[in-house]
Amino acid sequence: MTQLFTCWTAEVGAADAARAGGKAAALGELARAGLPVPRGFVITTAAFLLHMDGVDPDGAARGALVALAADDLAGIARAAAGLRARVVGQALPPEVAAEIAPACAALGDGPVAVRSSATLEDSAEASFAGLQDTYLAVRGTGAVLDRVRACWASLYNDESIAYRRRQGTGEDGLAMGVVVQPMLDPRSAGVMFTRSPVTGDRSVVAIEGTWGLGSALVGGEVTPDSFTVSKVTGEITGRRVGVKLRVHSFTPNGQGISATPMPFALRRSACLSDDEARALAQTGRQVEDHYGAPQDIEWALLGDGPCHPALHADLADRIVLLQSRPETVWAARDRAPIASQQVKASDHVLARFRRAL
Amino acid sequence: MDGNASAPRFPLPSEIADAPGAEGWRSMYPYFTRFQPDDDKRFWFYNSMHFPEPMPAFDTITAEVPYSAIGANTARVFVFPTTLGIEHRIVNGRVYITANPVTDPDEIGRRAAVFGERAGYYYENWDTLYQGWKMRIKGLIDEITSITVPELPEFDDAAVVTESRGVAQNHYVRENFHRCIDLFSVMWHHHTEFLMLGYGAYVVFFQFCKQAFPEISDQAVARMVAGIDVIMYRPDDELRGLARLAVETGVDDLFTEGCSPPAVLAALAERGEGGQRWLSAFERARDPWFNVSTGDGFYHHHRSWADDLTVPFAALPRYVAQVRDGMLADRPTEALRAERDRIASSYRDLLGSDEEKAAFDQMLGLCRVVFPYVEDHKFYCEHWFTSQFFARIREFGALLARSGVLAEAEDVFQLHHTEVDQALSDVMLAWAAGAPPVGASHFRPIVAERKRILEALRGWSPPPALGPVPEALNDPAVHMLWGVTQQTIEAWLRPAEGEVRGVGASSGVVEGPARVLTDVNQIGEVRDGEILVCPVTAPSWAPVFGKIRAAVSDIGGSMSHAAIVAREYGMPAVVGTGDATKRISTGQRVRVDGDRGIVQVIA
Repeated sequence: MTQLFTCWTAEVGAADAARAGGKAAALGELARAGLPVPRGFVITTAAFLLHMDGVDPDGAARGALVALAADDLAGIARAAAGLRARVVGQALPPEVAAEIAPACAALGDGPVAVRSSATLEDSAEASFAGLQDTYLAVRGTGAVLDRVRACWASLYNDESIAYRRRQGTGEDGLAMGVVVQPMLDPRSAGVMFTRSPVTGDRSVVAIEGTWGLGSALVGGEVTPDSFTVSKVTGEITGRRVGVKLRVHSFTPNGQGISATPMPFALRRSACLSDDEARALAQTGRQVEDHYGAPQDIEWALLGDGPCHPALHADLADRIVLLQSRPETVWAARDRAPIASQQVKASDHVLARFRRAL
Repeated sequence: MDGNASAPRFPLPSEIADAPGAEGWRSMYPYFTRFQPDDDKRFWFYNSMHFPEPMPAFDTITAEVPYSAIGANTARVFVFPTTLGIEHRIVNGRVYITANPVTDPDEIGRRAAVFGERAGYYYENWDTLYQGWKMRIKGLIDEITSITVPELPEFDDAAVVTESRGVAQNHYVRENFHRCIDLFSVMWHHHTEFLMLGYGAYVVFFQFCKQAFPEISDQAVARMVAGIDVIMYRPDDELRGLARLAVETGVDDLFTEGCSPPAVLAALAERGEGGQRWLSAFERARDPWFNVSTGDGFYHHHRSWADDLTVPFAALPRYVAQVRDGMLADRPTEALRAERDRIASSYRDLLGSDEEKAAFDQMLGLCRVVFPYVEDHKFYCEHWFTSQFFARIREFGALLARSGVLAEAEDVFQLHHTEVDQALSDVMLAWAAGAPPVGASHFRPIVAERKRILEALRGWSPPPALGPVPEALNDPAVHMLWGVTQQTIEAWLRPAEGEVRGVGASSGVVEGPARVLTDVNQIGEVRDGEILVCPVTAPSWAPVFGKIRAAVSDIGGSMSHAAIVAREYGMPAVVGTGDATKRISTGQRVRVDGDRGIVQVIA
């Protein structure tokens, strides 16, 4: 459906970060690689730029942000609040709204997720993780149009601006895409790293998860269950069941999501079976193989329960990926080789026994 | 020790009281196995891996001789830089050991120079030396098998005169007995000749993997190294072959649950050509492949299949039924080899640099060179040779029983080998003098008393360790052969309730009803889907792995039989728990976590 201001997620790829933003580009790339991502559409950066032409025609307000010091939090807050109010207050360009409405209709009449996709986020150098806003369980086209502007405004969140100043990133060419996807009602959800975040071990996938929506975990409201799965053998070498006191879910007829106490029976029970953890790790490995580098992935697992009927018999078909970005922490660390070639293989052993174990 | 009175600690050797009713245990063991006052200053641990039961007096030879050999090889022959030998002590019938480390840097340096030359020579010529080793071991097995016990008839053989041998048969009672003991010692010297070097290559690769992949499991490392054509699988393979032949020759109806081996063999003799074909295949399989001990070769009462056919005959009916149903599969050796190579190359691909990949290739390559020895030596030494050794000693026991010194042949194992020497002297003298031996009144009460003491000692729970907690545990032998690390000691100090801890030897988590067996002869009791809990497994237990969901053993490390077989069957295993057979009962529901090495009793 590629149009001026919208396109399907599957129509973008890794090279399209400038047009669609980082998150949308990554989702499109996953879809193109045959990996399971929800269908959805992207409101391109062209829409954002057109909107901003109305908000800040000469770019003066945005240019002024560059002059702020990273530690001038009061100054940043003042400038940012004004700019955000103008982004949200300005009417959406009618040609943009005209494209969004039919795209929403094409997704059906269920609730959707409206997710920020800034051009700078999720790059290999810096994650910008969580600095821009995402809105879950949005119902109705009118609400979507409001949330799109709210996403755009979140590019000027105080922390976002402060982060850009610390990174020395300019404001020119900065733009925001938005992804709109049908809302998932997962049985369990969470994040996974295709290397150990604790030791950097590249032979394992570290999974964290909780019951229900992953926002409870990303927001730090639960102590998640954690699993460590060997990429090579499928062994589960670590398994810790957290105490999960809250669950995020969306009510069938309201806007947004609510956090409620976790049912007692689920608090101390693992949100994934071993087979599910292994299947997730396998999917994580496919993503890593596709990109050729360790990834930081958001996942959800559909179905399999009285309230969550299985949509597909095959476990692999219940996995959905919501985001993938390059792992940035360990990638930046250099490690000296643990051992190097010796003249004879036995020299390794002889050297070892010359010191106490 | 930090001086805090409430901090958990191990008892000192001097604080161990005699087990009730077993006060006379000291008389069973040589003086050099007793704890000395100075021993309170050192850390000792209970060698439950090799000696899970109280020691009968004769069986102490399986501690005395191996420690004499392993220490000689590490301390004096190969001159390992940081370790001397292992000392052992016996208290309340249990064997405790400690390793003597070398800590002075100058001394380590001086030893390292010698070690480099000597160990290097073995690594560089490993294949050739190992082929020579196998020849020598087979020579020793031939010799121990051929040793005879003189019958001491009324008149000696005429050939003593016609060939003017000049030496009467009673002389050979002692000579042949001594030869048995000497051969046992030679076998153990050869056993330990390659042992530390073989495990050393493995430990170096293991530690490299743990550094490169901090979260890799022990068993994933083991799987990269594991051999495929391992001799340990051969006895079970032979049984499968015999089951196939039974169906092929139409004699399979004889193999029913609970069948008696002598009755089946007698019936086969009446079954014409098919029966004859099966019997001759059986004889070929039996020697040598039935020389597998039902234990680990450290106790005389761990009989071999050859001694006691009920074990292989308990497995045959199930295999025969599987052949009939077309369900008996061979080990998928090609698939196993492919999987091993896939695992190794996957880890290799994940390494950070070509430098590391080159080092990985060297270390893994060396492991695969040394592993045939590591995996196969137990069959030759602990199973084949040792089964024959105990069989010979039993024959000397029969001589003592015939002469009236002992009530029955088996009683010989209640005497230390130096005491057997005395009893045999008595028999030699008596035969020469034409008088009855006098040993009955001396040895029979001793044997009766010792049997009673051994029973009393069974009720004693040995502490896992004795003496002060060491600041650092650096000895490579303790680390490699027993898997004892600082973490092990911590776990010993703080045992968890309702939980049995051991070595996670094969990954996975399953739940199921426990089946506790103390003896391999009970394997017929195991039902499909149960979790086997046993003292130790050896090749003779192999048939049971087709039925169970997980294996738990009191003794064994990540290279033990149970571990290797469980990994191949892809079932969880926890080994080296120390006392799972005592703390778990048949029918209890247990959860086996083969990743973390924990067994929980659920209900």
